[in-house]
Amino acid sequence: MSTIKPPGLHRRRLIGVGAAAAITGFPNIGFTQARQPIKIGVPTILSGRVAQLGISSRNAMQIEVDAFNASGGLDGRPIELIVRDSRGVPAEAARIAREMISSDAVEFLFDAEPSSGGFAIHEVVRETGTVTLHINSETSSLTADPRQRFWNAFRVARQGIHDSIAGGYYAASVARSRNLRRWMTISPDYAYGRDTTAEFVEFARSFNADIQITGETWPRLFQADYTENITRLNQGRPQAVYSCLWAGDLVTFVEQASIFGLFAQSQLFAVNMADYTTLQQVRNLPRGVHSGNRYLRNFPTVPENLAFATEYNRRFNTFPTNWSWQSATAVRLLTTALRQVGGTNPREVAAKLKGMTIESPFGAEGTVTMRAEDQTLVDYAIGWGTTISADPFVENMQKADWATIRRLEAEWKRGKGWG
Amino acid sequence: MELTELGECVSSLSCVVTQLAAGLTIGMLLFLVASGLTLIFGVLGLVNFAHGSLYMMGAYFALAAYGPTGSFALAVLAGTLGAALLGLFFERFLLSRIYGQDVLMQLLVCYAIILILDDVVKIIWGADFRNMGVPPAFLHPPFIIGGGVVPYFYAILFGITALIAVALSYGMSRTRFGRIVRAAAVNPGMVGALGINTTVVYAAVFAIGAGLAGAAGALSAPIRSVVPGAGVSILIESFIVTVIGGMGSIGGALAASLILGLTRSFGSIGFPLFVEGAMFVIMALVLILRPSGLGGRRG
Repeated sequence: MSTIKPPGLHRRRLIGVGAAAAITGFPNIGFTQARQPIKIGVPTILSGRVAQLGISSRNAMQIEVDAFNASGGLDGRPIELIVRDSRGVPAEAARIAREMISSDAVEFLFDAEPSSGGFAIHEVVRETGTVTLHINSETSSLTADPRQRFWNAFRVARQGIHDSIAGGYYAASVARSRNLRRWMTISPDYAYGRDTTAEFVEFARSFNADIQITGETWPRLFQADYTENITRLNQGRPQAVYSCLWAGDLVTFVEQASIFGLFAQSQLFAVNMADYTTLQQVRNLPRGVHSGNRYLRNFPTVPENLAFATEYNRRFNTFPTNWSWQSATAVRLLTTALRQVGGTNPREVAAKLKGMTIESPFGAEGTVTMRAEDQTLVDYAIGWGTTISADPFVENMQKADWATIRRLEAEWKRGKGWG
Repeated sequence: MELTELGECVSSLSCVVTQLAAGLTIGMLLFLVASGLTLIFGVLGLVNFAHGSLYMMGAYFALAAYGPTGSFALAVLAGTLGAALLGLFFERFLLSRIYGQDVLMQLLVCYAIILILDDVVKIIWGADFRNMGVPPAFLHPPFIIGGGVVPYFYAILFGITALIAVALSYGMSRTRFGRIVRAAAVNPGMVGALGINTTVVYAAVFAIGAGLAGAAGALSAPIRSVVPGAGVSILIESFIVTVIGGMGSIGGALAASLILGLTRSFGSIGFPLFVEGAMFVIMALVLILRPSGLGGRRG
């Protein structure tokens, strides 16, 4: 049996080439690796009725990532965002996340999906161990339920239970002063809508036992027409209506309900109204709709918040949304952790994120914290006010008290067996 | 199930008026889309899966016309004509080549059209939702009839859609073109043998069907979000209407649309969690008891 010898490549020559490569080439290879970007996957919604929010998530991330990269990145390594459109389909969000992890080799995920897709991605990263920051999932159980918790998943979004306590307190006080007893609800028929509405009702009634829920209606997420839901509300003749519909769904509902004269007979409490993407799209914005703050450049009233909105507006010719401040916060938390760790080791980064507090223009008192016990964001600014038809769109903002929120949240968790 | 509430509703004039007005308006808008779908199927034998996209395009054309002019009439006209011309274009250059082929090929070509139109919309108008808003001319307090609420704009919508339905019915039953279309649906070979250009008839029928879908999109643009992919849900309902009403039957489509509209409206009171399911139950019952549909030809 004969052997084939590569022509012209003798042992001495091979050693020489190897030595030359060691002297000249290897350091370059090492340098190149050090400068390789830190890839972060971002599944989000870039088309359909929620596209504006997904785009606003991407925009805010890009502002923060550009600032991080311009300041030298992580020892010269810039961050590269890989953003893909799930079209709001949870199965597609999960597929994209898996593809980003296995094919694109992303080191971290910013899950910029709402709860419907967020839970799907949660299961993917539970399996893969990728450090993931859920940016827009507000369903409380995602982090409140211990069964959903694992070391590599964090929530950097506002949370349904926090908004419900704040909203319930506000609604109870308005109901008391205006004698609003008969309430109905209209919320989207999926985890976020069901959970958040149940929590709001629970707390509103705990603060004011006179509140009675006389009916409820559950349109599908992204439903085209709300006529049947509005006529049901009309039949119930409620004094107040609570809704956690959001974005295009809320816009369509408000437009349709206005022509039915619903708001002439009922006060609307819409937790998701005070977001520019919604406020600017409603053509006939009723005065006096009660809303929680989603994102407002004048709440919190601090220069850094206004500067964030101004820079966002300069670059994208529109205003940030609730998803924007959450996305910006996610980038700030992760980049702070990366620099403190001095690398991208997932276990070390996750450990650093737990309990981390950073200065933030979106904090109730100037900071936000990634609470260690349930890996979720706390201390962000929450407030409720009433809408007006022109900028700043919401007036009489009343700031929620985080001590109360924490106390009632702990009781709520104990009641669920999650304490 | 909240059948007690349904019982209370049907015994209350105010509730009946509100639900009836809402149900009839929803039903008539659905009829515009479904009548186009059933007309195209009845004459061309084509299951137009892209029909929902023509509805969507009608809404976008209306939005584009309404922005600079502020005229809702021009917006509806733009939506109707725009969708009709677009339908004509697709019929001539794509769909006419697959007449008589199996349904899988039709599905494939129509799906391509859906994807193309969704992307075109994203390129021209962006991926996010748009809201036309109810034109100021129609921003009046709702009518209160017997204690029931009838929105002013819904009354206008019902009036316009009813007029279109009457015109369509008259056109199909009393005009020469209508007789040709009905003849072509039964025996296109004989129509051709009489010297009538069936290619033109087919193109015209497709354009009318597309125009009806566009009109529905334009009329509903003020009260629904205008968004890429908006035609999907209306397409599903249109197919249910077509099955219940009978493939190719305009009268059946009208009856089925109104049944579905009223099911939605009264169902939201009596069985709010089963409204979608109820529509499919009705469809299943019709398929079992009268497979050809309410207005379909037996045998």
